[in-house]
Amino acid sequence: MARVSVTVDGVRCDDDVEPRLLLVHYLRDRLGKVGTPIGCDTTNCGACTVLLDGVSVKSCSVLAVQADGSEITTIEGLAENGELHPVQRAFHDQHALQCGYCTPGMIMASVDLLRDNPRPSEGEIREGLEGNLCRCTGYQNIVRAVRQAADEMAPASAEVPAQASGGAA
Amino acid sequence: MTALEPETTHEIGQARRRKEDARLITGRTNWTDNIQLPGLMHVAFLRSPQAHARITSVDVSAAKERPGVIAAFSGADFAAEQGSLPCAWPVTEDIVIPDHPPMAVDEVCYVGEAVACVVARDRYSAADALDAIEVDYEPLPPVLNMEEAVAEGAALVHADKGTNTSFHFVMENGDMDAAFAGADVVIDRTFVQQRLIPAAMEPRAVVCAPVGDEYTLWSATQIPHVLRVMLAMVTGIPEHKLRVIAPDVGGGFGSKLQVTAEEVLALLIAKRLGRPVKWTESRSEGFMTTHHGRDQIQHLRLAADRDGRLRGFHVRLLADMGAYLMLVTPGVPLLGAFMFNAIYKMDAYTFDCTGVLTTKMPTDAYRGAGRPEATFGVERMMDELAAELAMDPMELRRRNWIAHDEFPYDTVSGLTYDSGDYEAATDKAMALFGYDALRKEQERRRSEGDPVQLGLGISTFTEMCGLAPSRVLGSLAYGAGGWENAQIRMLPTGKVEVVTGSSAHGQGHETAWSQIVADRLGIPFDDISVIHGDTQSSPKGMDTYGSRSLTVGGIAVFNACDKVVEKAKRVAAHLMEAPEADLEFSGGAFRVRGTPEASTTIQEVALATFAAHDLPDGMEPSLDSDATFDPENFSFPHGTHLCATEVDTRTGEVKIRSYVCVDDIGKVVNPLIVEGQVHGGLAQGIAQALYEEAVYDTDGNLTTTTMADYLLPSAMDLPEFTTDRTETPATTNPLGVKGVGEAGTIASTPAVVNAVIDAVRHLGVDDIHMPCTPERVWRAVHDAEGRARPPEDLPPGAAGGLGSVNTDEGASS
Repeated sequence: MARVSVTVDGVRCDDDVEPRLLLVHYLRDRLGKVGTPIGCDTTNCGACTVLLDGVSVKSCSVLAVQADGSEITTIEGLAENGELHPVQRAFHDQHALQCGYCTPGMIMASVDLLRDNPRPSEGEIREGLEGNLCRCTGYQNIVRAVRQAADEMAPASAEVPAQASGGAA
Repeated sequence: MTALEPETTHEIGQARRRKEDARLITGRTNWTDNIQLPGLMHVAFLRSPQAHARITSVDVSAAKERPGVIAAFSGADFAAEQGSLPCAWPVTEDIVIPDHPPMAVDEVCYVGEAVACVVARDRYSAADALDAIEVDYEPLPPVLNMEEAVAEGAALVHADKGTNTSFHFVMENGDMDAAFAGADVVIDRTFVQQRLIPAAMEPRAVVCAPVGDEYTLWSATQIPHVLRVMLAMVTGIPEHKLRVIAPDVGGGFGSKLQVTAEEVLALLIAKRLGRPVKWTESRSEGFMTTHHGRDQIQHLRLAADRDGRLRGFHVRLLADMGAYLMLVTPGVPLLGAFMFNAIYKMDAYTFDCTGVLTTKMPTDAYRGAGRPEATFGVERMMDELAAELAMDPMELRRRNWIAHDEFPYDTVSGLTYDSGDYEAATDKAMALFGYDALRKEQERRRSEGDPVQLGLGISTFTEMCGLAPSRVLGSLAYGAGGWENAQIRMLPTGKVEVVTGSSAHGQGHETAWSQIVADRLGIPFDDISVIHGDTQSSPKGMDTYGSRSLTVGGIAVFNACDKVVEKAKRVAAHLMEAPEADLEFSGGAFRVRGTPEASTTIQEVALATFAAHDLPDGMEPSLDSDATFDPENFSFPHGTHLCATEVDTRTGEVKIRSYVCVDDIGKVVNPLIVEGQVHGGLAQGIAQALYEEAVYDTDGNLTTTTMADYLLPSAMDLPEFTTDRTETPATTNPLGVKGVGEAGTIASTPAVVNAVIDAVRHLGVDDIHMPCTPERVWRAVHDAEGRARPPEDLPPGAAGGLGSVNTDEGASS
């Protein structure tokens, strides 16, 4: 057993874990953070995406022990004070989900995409979400949602046309 | 209440944001794998690495000694009680249905079949202990190629059956000999519908908790009600002792329309151990053992006059059943029997289908189920005929389709299409697409010898959905009816609970049903909640598949509302001291005709009925009502899909430049949900055309067991779609609605492949096997430059990515 100390959605957790325990299983089975689902076993689908110290990772490809000392944000910790994150709101507004199974990972990946590139073009959104698979939506409304969130989150540059500012970030 | 109140709440037709989203975007979901129960044990299955073998011994004793393990079982342990997994659709009287034990006992017939299991304290311990199980196999020959499987002397999948032909189904209408004898043109083609993996994002999972002699089973299923009945029939556990719950379910596309071995075994293990158990598949396990879709060889012959008029269409199919017949396996290709004639008029039609047993994972329903295969066949043939006649492919279709003033129309396959307007949908689509300008550009690129060629693909489709009139299902030997149930509960405070037998897994029923009820009862959208997916709280249902929920389940909701209003009217008349006949109901209130200022709301009636102090004589104190709706006919959505592809003749790469579809799905309850369904349907149909294929190697191993090998499209692989609608109401239900869940998938595959072929037809290419991978396209172009290839010399280049082994001579010949 190895000792891990992580902060998950603002709560400090200290646990003894098997060294082989995947972060996603630690979150789901040990901490009850079942909002983060598992969609594959080969890191292809991205359903389990969380933020590790602010950067998106597929939590099925990180060992719990590798997360030691880190801060983890899951879909359950994204809303603040009962206020949905703009990306969550945009997914609802644009009907960017159907069954919703890929949604936690898709939202977390989108949050990281917008952190990296606040004004992405359509092509940059599609490329940025390439590692997250959705079987229901055909991605069109997901792209729309990320655009809406980008518009809301970067009001200062709202007058700049989206396609012109693609590489500006 | 004032007289200015609107007639109704006008919810139907509004792009309401979904009620379901609140939990899905915040992670407050209830997927089956999320469920934790006191004392919950985890099950892991050991699966056959052999495609076909006799099991000579299974020894689980060492596994039982592993840490954390509480039990381990082999098939022999369940043999006396596990029964046989059901096939509910014996399509012919002499159909061969192999015995299908949930856990293999003596023989395995496909790679992935469960042969043993471990029950342990956690999922890691369970998986670890599988290594300690010893199984000895005596290999038998795999059966992989359908043409060979039905030939004399073929190795048999099930020796006791003496044949690999499960059934032979023939449906004929018209004089086929006459149709072909006098025909100016005969087109003869063989197409392959490759095997697909449905790949819902949520893997299958099941939890079973025993309490005394009663069992609660949670499953990632589309069919909690059907599953309950079937589990009772298979295991002998009385139906009233079983409760099945479909909690949040992450997509299905047909793959969760099944009674699975793992569901039966979880129930039997929980029964035996007296404690709750959970099983969740890994993705690679699921790709091997969750039923597959499609997999047909289509031999098609089409006879026509020189002016393009269709005379006869002869369809001969080999349909791969896989190793066993599961819930509706043999019925899937038969749904296509009614659809190969599509929107066209013709004199003669024959549908001849042989269901073939092979040593592969069984096939069963996958989005569209039989109808995409049929639509592909006929729409590809229409393009081939147009090329033969040197006629514009849309003009050919116009000359043959049923005109809008010919409805209702009795088709050559025996259905009655109630309504449709193919002209309107096509005109709209052609304008949005810019068909003529694209044809000009195509001509220019051809004449300039542009290495990147442009192709235009058409699919003018219809489909039959809203499964289904029970009498029709009965005539096709299906084991159940096609009705749906709904109940409306009027709560004392005027809020409403809608209980539905439909079982949503992404469709948005909570939202759409609320919109219907809001309009019918005049109750605010937010005052309505929808209960589904639990046989205890929604006890009666036929569940969700075949684009049936709105056209059958939604109409049941509609009808139940009307019954509530009937009852409430009686109470209102009593309270208002007015004759019932003088009351009218709109906007949620009863008024006496001619005195609009005096009204009683349905909420007031609900409270008065709850109190029951002063009700009409003989009236029971309840407004609650239920309705069971059995449709009189299928619904027939249709539409025109147009695809423009750019094909790089140097690399074989295909890029979709534009995709336009105009669908006619009748009246629309929620355009936002409809558009989403169309997008997702298109994605899956395009995926079949360009990306996806389940590949078995020559030993019968599935080589596409991961998402790195089985190529689900990502956001980078799909274009922005242009979607629009025409609205020709269905005449067979009071809402005028048709289904939409499968339309995009049914229509899009031939549109894309027709576009790919059209881009390179002038180079001598008239077919490319799906998926049209760069290698296949490149080979087709280069092979066509010199010689015509015989049909059995098929191009390699299967999908399957890393490590895939091409076995086209098996699966695709």
